Amino acid sequence: MSRESARLFALLLPAGVFFLAFFLLPLARLFAIGGSGKEGFAAYAAIVSDANYFSSLMSTLALAAMTTITTLVISGISGVFLQRHKFPGNALLVSMLTFPLAFPGVVIGFMVIMLSGRQGLIGDIAMYLTGEKIVFAYSMAGLFMGYVYFSVPRTILTIMAAAEKLDPRIEEAARSLGASTWRVVFDVILPGLKPAFIAAGAICFATAMGAFGTAFTLATRINVLPMVIYTEFTLQANMAMAAALSFVLGAVTWLVLAIARTAAGSTVAAAG
Amino acid sequence: MMTDPVQPLAIALSRCGKTFADGTRALEPLDLEIKAGETVVFLGPSGCGKTTTLRIIAGLEDPDAGGRVLFDGVDVTAQPIEQRNVGMVFQSYALFPNMTVAENIGYGLRVRRAKKPAIAARVDEMLGMMRIEPLADRRIDQLSGGQRQRVALARALAVRPRALLLDEPLTALDAKLRDALRLEIDELLRRLGITAIYVTHDQAEAMALGDRIAVMDHGKMAQIGPPREIYRRPATRFVADFIGTMNRISGVARGGVFVTDAGAVPWLEAPPGTTEALFRPEDVTVVDEGQAHLKGSVVAAFFLGDRTRLFVKVDANKPLVVETDARRDYAHGETVGLRIDPRGLMAL
Repeated sequence: MSRESARLFALLLPAGVFFLAFFLLPLARLFAIGGSGKEGFAAYAAIVSDANYFSSLMSTLALAAMTTITTLVISGISGVFLQRHKFPGNALLVSMLTFPLAFPGVVIGFMVIMLSGRQGLIGDIAMYLTGEKIVFAYSMAGLFMGYVYFSVPRTILTIMAAAEKLDPRIEEAARSLGASTWRVVFDVILPGLKPAFIAAGAICFATAMGAFGTAFTLATRINVLPMVIYTEFTLQANMAMAAALSFVLGAVTWLVLAIARTAAGSTVAAAG
Repeated sequence: MMTDPVQPLAIALSRCGKTFADGTRALEPLDLEIKAGETVVFLGPSGCGKTTTLRIIAGLEDPDAGGRVLFDGVDVTAQPIEQRNVGMVFQSYALFPNMTVAENIGYGLRVRRAKKPAIAARVDEMLGMMRIEPLADRRIDQLSGGQRQRVALARALAVRPRALLLDEPLTALDAKLRDALRLEIDELLRRLGITAIYVTHDQAEAMALGDRIAVMDHGKMAQIGPPREIYRRPATRFVADFIGTMNRISGVARGGVFVTDAGAVPWLEAPPGTTEALFRPEDVTVVDEGQAHLKGSVVAAFFLGDRTRLFVKVDANKPLVVETDARRDYAHGETVGLRIDPRGLMAL
């Protein structure tokens, strides 16, 4: 028995070393640097006590949450639709939806500016129609739009794959029992897609929490945590604060995802 | 046990055909009347149109233009399934995986906004009827196939549907369980007096359950009638071959006798011009050669325990299948005499 566990331990050792060297040690180092400034580990408290940092954390969380919800709604509806309705050009449309996958955040930001910036399409149309220019590229609204655009291709394939596995007979059974279209959606389709929503939503949320390129392209004044970290690091040369904020960004994201998974976990398990 | 007032539904199809979007004709325009309280089995090989017909009745498919579905004489063709109040049972059970057994059974009543105590009472009643009380709080993935189909039946019946539509409900189960549940379904349908339509490709199931069997082939109704009639007087070659085992022997009907290369069989009612006689294995007996109508040699003998199934070659056609008692052994190549009960002879 003990020989067996010794053997298992030996087999696990390479993975353990790898994990230690490339995950735990850098994380510990980051955490330590975060406490190396003149206030020491009190830097971590500044995230809550400093109004500026705290508001940027809150707006980042709000932005990521909004992005995730909006993306899931869009991907959920269009993913199920594209899976269920085969029409000429269906395959082309699906591949086009995934076209932006390779775009870096900078390109997305550039596209947001072209759409809703000072010389943007929306502004021109609004100018023509109402005589007033609408410009929202350089704000949270522009960032939100860019993030949703960035996230939809990353979630839609997961949703489509899950929609394909739904048994249409279950929906028919619900209808035979008198369920309206909406009840079928809420009682059968959404519960069936739940695992896919959680998986896709987690990636979407984490990406939106940490995304930097789009925000950097749109404006340096946008108050999201990755931008604050960049500013602290490069402009203020405040390594400790940047490290502390980075650590918190990672920890908060991890915590939110863990809570979401646990909250959904019981029902996911029940869905078998 | 069941106190429901049963008001069975009469169902009629009028010129119901189905052509799918890609142009394939799943069902030729079909007329069919199902009497209130009757159990009709749609029987046929896969792709014969039996499931399509069931789905048209359910409201899951629309018939081609001109087709009409009538429930008690009322045209329901335009009504979607959720308004037709028919219970459905599927081969894949189609239970809701995110609900417990009791929640599954009570779902239809919840959709109808029934009061909680009323739902609970009805769920208990259905659990009792299907003898699955201990499973009430189980998750669906903790159930066996037979238990799942019992839950599906309970769920379909809980809302007191006007008719019960079953699409190959036993196909996914193993043989022993299939027999047991078949008996249970038969007993249930008779007790409830509900109009039921049962789709299957298994002729034994069809024989056991159907008041009438509708044999379907290539989108057409080949024959519809009580099991005995389907078995004894098949209307087409397809029905004759699809239901049970059918022997064929060619010859000429002449003066009350059917003359073949292997001997002559008395057959007074032979239709004029008959060149082929059909009969079932159980209408043949093995006799001494002196009393035999036909003579042939044994090509195979399968001992089945309660009987022996013989394959006897009498002419150039397929060997005849003969069911005989299991008391003696038959050697390969042995010559046997066969006597055919004239009441079992058929012509097509």
